[in-house]
Amino acid sequence: MIKNISNLGDAAVYCDFGDEVNKEINSNVINYFQNLKDCNFEGITNLTPSYNKLIVSFDLSITNFENTKKIIENLEIKKNHSISKKKIQIPVCCEDEYALDLKKLERKLNKSTDEILETFFSKEYFCYMTGFIAGMPFLGDIDKNLHAKRLETPRVKVPKGSIGLTEQFCNIYTFESPGGWNIIGNTPLNVFDSLNQDNPNLINPGDTVSFIQINKEKYKNYNE
Amino acid sequence: MSENFFKVIRSGINTTFQDLGRNNLNHIGIPISGVMDKRNYIIANKILNNVPSHPIIEFAYQGPRLVYHGDPLNISVSGDVKFKVFKNKNEIEGKCYETIILKDHDEIDLISTNKSVYGYLAIGADLKIDYQWKSCSINTKANIGSNNGKKLKDNQTIEVLKIKELSRRKLNHINSKIENIRVIKGTNFHYFSKESQSKFFKNEYSVTKLTDRMGMRLEGERLDNIVNNNIKSEGLVKGVIQIPADGNPIIMLADHGTIGGYPKIATVISADFDKLSQLTPGSKIKFKEVNLKDAETIFKLYEMETNNIISKIL
Repeated sequence: MIKNISNLGDAAVYCDFGDEVNKEINSNVINYFQNLKDCNFEGITNLTPSYNKLIVSFDLSITNFENTKKIIENLEIKKNHSISKKKIQIPVCCEDEYALDLKKLERKLNKSTDEILETFFSKEYFCYMTGFIAGMPFLGDIDKNLHAKRLETPRVKVPKGSIGLTEQFCNIYTFESPGGWNIIGNTPLNVFDSLNQDNPNLINPGDTVSFIQINKEKYKNYNE
Repeated sequence: MSENFFKVIRSGINTTFQDLGRNNLNHIGIPISGVMDKRNYIIANKILNNVPSHPIIEFAYQGPRLVYHGDPLNISVSGDVKFKVFKNKNEIEGKCYETIILKDHDEIDLISTNKSVYGYLAIGADLKIDYQWKSCSINTKANIGSNNGKKLKDNQTIEVLKIKELSRRKLNHINSKIENIRVIKGTNFHYFSKESQSKFFKNEYSVTKLTDRMGMRLEGERLDNIVNNNIKSEGLVKGVIQIPADGNPIIMLADHGTIGGYPKIATVISADFDKLSQLTPGSKIKFKEVNLKDAETIFKLYEMETNNIISKIL
């Protein structure tokens, strides 16, 4: 359950569910998120769930920190069964022009490209959350031998479709965007569709993702 | 095609339709977006008696040049903007914060913003534009909003639907000068050494060119993180100041990523968002700490001040 509630600036409540990242804590977060979402409280403008935190933003013209905190503390939590559980395959090309940080990663991890890729493609990953940019899935957990820190200075532009690694997680850049993850490949698949207003995300929290390695030719012909 | 429309002769830099943005989508990665300088947005619309959520044209540094075709309508410009209006062969120096009547074939050239970033062109009419998740705000990164989620382009048209009754109104208003940016300590403030904590409030930071609707990157004396350069990725809100491993602050703005993994040293208070957004590259920032209660009071005063300003429109 929530371990600590504090303010994040003057227009958001920061709910801390703990420091670890695991499915149990994450489903607690998602449960709080779903229950708050279903209540539609006036003045609450955004709910941002992540691995082990939930941020509740509010309109400071309508309400404030103390009132919003009370709402969260008094919330009756019902079990929710509507969490998504799809299995999704994502094709990835890891050739040089797409694997922007693979060489750097060889040095950081002291492993060969082949070892890194074999380890990465051998596992299925759980989607903990979506966000940063529209539709970006945060997936885990990658093998211990592939844990690396973010880039010192984040890139101003990471290409659309890039697959990034950091710590025990991997993600997919659904758009060109700034970002600091170690890029090992790129998918030709569209992971976010803004024209589908009811369900724009291909991957949602609770889904399982597996990555399939493809070559450059297959990548180039993918959308034809 | 409707009978009344604008044609874009020159689109300008980062010219988009904006309104108050879209809420309740952070969980799928969609930020609020919306106008960068809310006060100037409110004023420009209020001068035309538009509803507070009316779409507006926002531009950065250089605005668009537009030619109008159709029945007379009112427009107004807000911010610190140099612009000209062309009527027949006459060139008229534009004045911000007052109604201007545009007739068939009149042109408006929004030349530049002076010592600020964003300017606004409000139109006294309904526009034929799309809404996505109840907002027209354009998010160019995710291609969400009106105009297919893209900046305005040269030669495109903006179709005008119902035109409002013409009026003559104006306001004597000068944009406030830049002061300190007030912040509340962040959830990872203790990640930084005591020395860096005090440096953060004592030193000046400069706004770099790597600044857009998503965020503002600052440059200054490096801050030392003594705990961890990364946190487990978690939600972000507008105004959060993150410190990546290189020690230089990044402030989240209207189109910010909804999730981030760098420590949060502080958050800019809501009352200072408008003036923060208007800081040009090279400007100096000094952060000043306030507590939550003070921030709430300052926000109420800021809102009252905005209401006071718009009540003076004649």
